[in-house]
Amino acid sequence: MPLIVENLRKNYGDAEIVRGISFALQPGECFALLGPNGAGKTTTLRCVLGHTELSSGHVELCGLPVPERAREARARVGVVPQNDGLDPDFTVTENLIVYSRYFGIPASQARARVPSLLAFAGLEAKANARVTTLSGGMKRRLTMARALVADPDLLIMDEPTTGLDPQARHLIWERLKGLVARGKTLLLTTHFMDEAERLAHRIAILDRGQIIALGTPREVIAAHIEPQVVEVFGDWDGHEGGAAAWARAHALQFAGRFETSGETAFCYLSEVDLLLEHLKTQSGLRYLHRPANLEDVFLKLTGRELRDE
Amino acid sequence: MNELFRPLDFSFARAWSVWQRNLMVWRRLAIPSIMGNLADPLIYLLGLGLGLGALLPKVHGVSYISFLATGTVAFSTMNAATFEALYSGYARAHEQKTWAAIMNAPLSLDDVMIGELMWSATKSLFSGGAILIVISAFGLVSPIHALAAVPLVVLIGLCFAGIGYIATALATGYDFFMYWLTLFISPMAMLCGVFFPLEQLPAFVRGAASILPLGHAINAVRPLLLQGEVPLLWLHVLVLLAYTVVGFGIARALMRRRLLS
Repeated sequence: MPLIVENLRKNYGDAEIVRGISFALQPGECFALLGPNGAGKTTTLRCVLGHTELSSGHVELCGLPVPERAREARARVGVVPQNDGLDPDFTVTENLIVYSRYFGIPASQARARVPSLLAFAGLEAKANARVTTLSGGMKRRLTMARALVADPDLLIMDEPTTGLDPQARHLIWERLKGLVARGKTLLLTTHFMDEAERLAHRIAILDRGQIIALGTPREVIAAHIEPQVVEVFGDWDGHEGGAAAWARAHALQFAGRFETSGETAFCYLSEVDLLLEHLKTQSGLRYLHRPANLEDVFLKLTGRELRDE
Repeated sequence: MNELFRPLDFSFARAWSVWQRNLMVWRRLAIPSIMGNLADPLIYLLGLGLGLGALLPKVHGVSYISFLATGTVAFSTMNAATFEALYSGYARAHEQKTWAAIMNAPLSLDDVMIGELMWSATKSLFSGGAILIVISAFGLVSPIHALAAVPLVVLIGLCFAGIGYIATALATGYDFFMYWLTLFISPMAMLCGVFFPLEQLPAFVRGAASILPLGHAINAVRPLLLQGEVPLLWLHVLVLLAYTVVGFGIARALMRRRLLS
């Protein structure tokens, strides 16, 4: 098993950051830890990599107990940290060679592997460029290539696409899919639901240090939320308060549950025909009908209030 | 307290990979770096040694410039080790997150810190060694004695880097290092006989020199360079080693608390 986490707890003083979480990775799967800011995602990764003592619980990385033998286990793991931590004094190629040395890879062997790593990262043209001249997306791809220098079985990535533009994100997703296709096991954290839904075989939603949902994206959606969503917004002619007022007056006639956020009402339901018929008769209101997604589950389970710390 | 006595998780090969990384960066900047290591102390040495030395009688039986040159070897070695451990160490440990990236590979904090310690000592050897070469070329000291001083220069570098990492572990920014430099390093230069002998100073100042690491560094290096032998050499070596081990031990515990909690 690439990773087993059992009843992991981590306290800082009185603050309980991780409060008893358990999950295990199957070889070859992509597993995403989802959660709002401060949910404990990064702390979980630090515990898994042996960068901090556990308060209690049991972690096994590549078959070795953590933190006791974490250093040995990390020889078989590639890590993509949130802040790339690339060496600004070096070129792209030098970053890969210097990092190979930390794994005890001889220079000749490291040098021989550089072209395939650069090809993976799409950085062949930047082989001799200084890291400081790269864009954010290029840096992230280089960090991914750096994580692959020792050809690990397991990759651990902390928010691999945070801060990147859509083009760069799509490029990263393609690379991640390529890794899964090559049989690598991936553990990634993200707060982008579409990313998790697109990439992950299984997800765990983490909130306030606990796993509140675990399974395939489809399972999690089916278990926690109605399959259809109708978003209603716009003015409601002849009435004060727009879509929100409409929802308070009528939504429950059609939908099992609704939420309002600002000017928009979210109706959650299984059969949409009657609701859509009704909405067509309400002048001024506009709507969007779509299948429920992970973001709906996430917002249902973790609430809509901001989590800025 | 337990952190101080935590067993070392260290291999020389792993620490060496950290040392090699730093050497590779340094090679890009080697020429300005050597200039800086050499030019600054030599300006002081020649300026003070010739300018001030002309006004002075012999000091401890040698010309003032020889007296000053031998103190400068220890002083420059201390400065080079201190600056590397503090400023460059801070950049790698905190600002650039270089250490964090290395610790994602199969290296421990001990591997990284011992690699860094070895590197800081190497940088200080570049500095102290360059001055040894120049002052033996000027005929101020015998080349044989200069060669014999090399192990001492390495030990002085290890000592001041070792205790310097305490400041690096505690620092909240580069400004923090002014405390270390103005409260510890600069006073030590005055109290430990780099620029003038201590006989005319009050007894408590001489007492301070017998405690402070730079005092022991100078009391070992100067007689070795000027006479080829050192009274109480074992004592000076032991004190410098003790400062190295205790200082680095404290720095390691503080750094673990800061980076790995």
